[in-house]
Amino acid sequence: MSEPAIPLLLLVDDEVQIRRLLRITLEGGGYRVAEAETGASGLTEAAALRPDLVILDLGLPDLPGPEVLRRLREWSQVPVLILSVRGGEGDKIGALDAGADDYLTKPFGGGELLARVRVMLRRQRAGEEPNAIAIGPIEIDLAARAVRKRGQLVKLTAKEYAFLRLLAVNRGKAITHRQILREIWGPKAEAQTHYLRVYMAHLRQKLEDDPNHPLYFTTESGIGYRLSDG
Amino acid sequence: MESGVSRPNPDALLASIQRTEAKARRGRLKVFFGMAPGVGKTYAMLEAAHKTGAAGVDLVVALVETHGRAETEALLEGLPVLPRQTVEYRGTRLGELDLEALLARRPRLALVDELAHTNAPGRRHAKRWQDVEELLAAGIDVFTTLNVQHLESRADTVRQITGVVVRETVPDSFIEAADDIQLVDLTPGQLRERLAEGRVYLGDRAAVAADNFFKESNLTALRELALRLTAERVDKQLRALREDRNISAIWRSGERLLVAVSPSPFSTRLIRWTRRMAYALDAPWIAVNIESNRPLGPAAKALLDDNLALARALNAEVIVVPGEDVAASLVRVAQLHNVSQIVVGKSRGHPLLELLRGGSLVDRLLRRSGQIDLYVVPAEPRTGRNRWRDWRLSVTSAPAEYATAFGTVAAITVLGLATKGWMGYWSVSLFYLSAVVILGLFVGQGPILLAAGLSALTWNYLFIPPIYTFRIDKLEDGLMFVFFFVMALVTGRLTGRLRAQAGTERSREQRATALYQLTRAIASARSTDEVIRDAGAQIQELFGAKVAILTPAAGGRLSLHPAATYVANDKEQGVAEWVFRNRRVAGRFTDTLPSSEGFYLPLVAGEQALGVMGLKAPADESLSVSQRDLLDTFSTQIALALDRERLRATEEAGRLAQESDKLHRTLLDSVSHELKTPLAVIAAAAEQLDGAAAAAAERPSLLRELRTAVRRLQRLVNNLLEMTRLEAGALQLRLDWTDLHDLVNAAVETTREAAAGRRIAVQVPEELPLVRLDFALIEQAVVNLIHNACVHTPPEATIAVSAGVDEGAAEVWLAVADTGPGLAVEPAGRIFDKFVRGRPDQAGGLGLGLSIVRGFVEAHAGRVEAGNQPGGGARFTIYLPFVRSGSVPSE
Repeated sequence: MSEPAIPLLLLVDDEVQIRRLLRITLEGGGYRVAEAETGASGLTEAAALRPDLVILDLGLPDLPGPEVLRRLREWSQVPVLILSVRGGEGDKIGALDAGADDYLTKPFGGGELLARVRVMLRRQRAGEEPNAIAIGPIEIDLAARAVRKRGQLVKLTAKEYAFLRLLAVNRGKAITHRQILREIWGPKAEAQTHYLRVYMAHLRQKLEDDPNHPLYFTTESGIGYRLSDG
Repeated sequence: MESGVSRPNPDALLASIQRTEAKARRGRLKVFFGMAPGVGKTYAMLEAAHKTGAAGVDLVVALVETHGRAETEALLEGLPVLPRQTVEYRGTRLGELDLEALLARRPRLALVDELAHTNAPGRRHAKRWQDVEELLAAGIDVFTTLNVQHLESRADTVRQITGVVVRETVPDSFIEAADDIQLVDLTPGQLRERLAEGRVYLGDRAAVAADNFFKESNLTALRELALRLTAERVDKQLRALREDRNISAIWRSGERLLVAVSPSPFSTRLIRWTRRMAYALDAPWIAVNIESNRPLGPAAKALLDDNLALARALNAEVIVVPGEDVAASLVRVAQLHNVSQIVVGKSRGHPLLELLRGGSLVDRLLRRSGQIDLYVVPAEPRTGRNRWRDWRLSVTSAPAEYATAFGTVAAITVLGLATKGWMGYWSVSLFYLSAVVILGLFVGQGPILLAAGLSALTWNYLFIPPIYTFRIDKLEDGLMFVFFFVMALVTGRLTGRLRAQAGTERSREQRATALYQLTRAIASARSTDEVIRDAGAQIQELFGAKVAILTPAAGGRLSLHPAATYVANDKEQGVAEWVFRNRRVAGRFTDTLPSSEGFYLPLVAGEQALGVMGLKAPADESLSVSQRDLLDTFSTQIALALDRERLRATEEAGRLAQESDKLHRTLLDSVSHELKTPLAVIAAAAEQLDGAAAAAAERPSLLRELRTAVRRLQRLVNNLLEMTRLEAGALQLRLDWTDLHDLVNAAVETTREAAAGRRIAVQVPEELPLVRLDFALIEQAVVNLIHNACVHTPPEATIAVSAGVDEGAAEVWLAVADTGPGLAVEPAGRIFDKFVRGRPDQAGGLGLGLSIVRGFVEAHAGRVEAGNQPGGGARFTIYLPFVRSGSVPSE
């Protein structure tokens, strides 16, 4: 197998200083970086350079972030990491629903950014859906539809399993309430967020060590849930 | 003259300036003035309009009567004509001036023919000149026409000359205020020619009457009248011009006239006579009524009020003085007001009666007047009916009083019959006499006369021998009978008068007291509400009328003051608003909108109307001049109170502006301090790190400082942003079902770093129903509370975060408690106000955190409380409304 090339990241942000800082951070993390200043030039660059990951700021001067994302998704499945400011939950959810893979709220630390990028690229490279996923002490056998915690079989209802599976195949990625509800309960249940709370409580009860201080099943305030290695 | 230097009198100069200023705002009035119909006033007016129109002035023919004359109609060509408003009155269709449309159209100049016209009933104003007055007040120039016989002060003269009674009159003061009067003159011969040619419109008048009116002698007299009036005016203008330019010192006449006004129809003539004289002399004049103790009947009262109103309308100062001796009172008033001439009517009293009174009024005035000139104007023959009516009025009393008089006499008769045997019949007469005197204290003059007559007859019939006859045999019995009758009559009348006097005194006293109380209420700097309430109560008591005070509210409409005792309906509201706009009285008892139920006075202070007072009197009431005066005084007092309140409000607004200015400065100061401090730290730390000298050992501590400064900046910016969102009302709740565990954990996670070693204990029950809230906002609120606890506690303190649901109270609660020193701010609630900091002595913080908490919580219709725990330390609790979530479908 050939050595994988050094991943190319495309940065779309209108602030020079942010771009400079991110470039330093990302190049320090061993990636190649290309830059674009506007939504329109970002789309052109993405088409020309075929980057492995796009980092997209939601507050661009020419196009609204979700619109850039929608146009990108018309022809590309490249993973997209969104940058946004606090308070812009609506935009974030819109972008996630429109196909973004993850988000970061400004201001953020360089370490956090690199961690997110790593997870996203790994998932990208994993390609095909695996047969089994392990998160911390939790093992999910997708083929056998069996869940074990530290080797002990855990009994889950059908909906609980579907919920867990959805988070697991998107491990490390924030999934919005809407996405979960639509996937498991159907489009009509999109507003029934209390289902999620109840099922999340069940999952934590069965799979977390301390359900009141969850380590793996984390809540994204006002947005959704994420399953990660803690 | 004192010296050759001519110096303008400051008062005269001021008056001149005020005249100019008052005129600058008003429209200009030009009157085309003639001696009789047919001289061509309308024609002249239209010609003038064409000239003005050619100069590009926006003009409208509001109302012109051409009476079908072709040459006049031809002149209307090319002038914009306002359509008339058609009014149905008793089956006739009348075309009236459309005042509203004209005011809305707002031309520069309006042509209004026939100024003296009386409007159809139900129009806003009774007279057309009042319409014109409103146009002028609105700043619209007016051209109009008028004949000399329609001038108020000339109406009598015209009647004497022509025998035609003129009912449509225009007050002289209105014409005097005109800016321009153009005399349209024609010789009587020419006019008669035109009449013969049928070129004069005579209206519906019979041709005979017209013939009579247009007699050569009449026309000559009318022409003289018109010419003289115009000449007088020119003379006056010349004098005004001299005052303006101060061409030479003017010797003011120094005259002042006084006219005695009584409840007699003849008084109107006296008043008009005096007014003409005063105008010719350029002198001020006073109309005085001496109010005697004898009560006036309603007809006489109405007549007196009409007379005084006429005097007021003709610009007299009206004074009502109490007094029994008319001559003495008149002279006293005259001396008090520096009057130079007194005008009285020649009285037509009976010579014998006048001798008893000490001579006629004129004789008595002559004796007392001293330096004051006396004018005696002859009266017209008096009709006999009035006398009879006067007498009849004086005996009009309630039937109950007559019954009392009758009953008393009957009782005394019984008593007399019982005691006559041992007292003698002469003593019985004393019983009767005492009874009549005592009755005088309680009943009116009629019943007293009845009692006196009845007693005399009964005494004669039943007691004087021979009894059961009206015959009197003995001379002394006869004398006794006569004396008895006279004494009974005199004492009865005397007591009756005393009683009337007491009554008048009482009502005067009442008025004075009311005024005193109102003045005191206003002086004692209480609220306007109280003043209005007081005034309303006083007026209600004095006039038996309901009162409404209306003051301007937002949107320009008048709103009723809560102290009102009646609610103005839409129509009345309209009247009140007219009064407010025009600053003039209207409604019942006036010529403007007289069909409305209430009487409305503007509350004017200075130049500004501050409100309107409405009065709803019982249907049969009328409003006397003294009552009007009292109402004026009341309205002035209320207006002053309103004015004071307004000034206070202005002052308050100024103070608030100043305070908000101060607040802004404080905010700017603290924000800039809060921003600069961390920025300084960042700059210094970056510099230090850059330096090659930076030892590896220093790096961690420098980086820590950097991080702290950045976090502080972040917090500040976030708080400011949240606050802005709250203040701008841009906060939109994204309500969502939430697990309180999640929320508390997220908040604790966020503040982990800021806690800097303080223990954060979470106490949330395992089993909690879901709650519906905006996760991000409430999380932020809890974060702010935790952060607040961290700032105000020592590092070893414990912070307890707890949550729960109280289903009984339908409340969710979230609490943050600490083991620190507790709250120092009193009252505790103030801590949630903007820029209030728990410990002002401590550095850092804007005092925004907690007010953001309150803003977010209140956006959820919840509340937040602060207090100290019994065991020490502060505790903040957020309460939010709780609703149960829907069920989750089972699998």
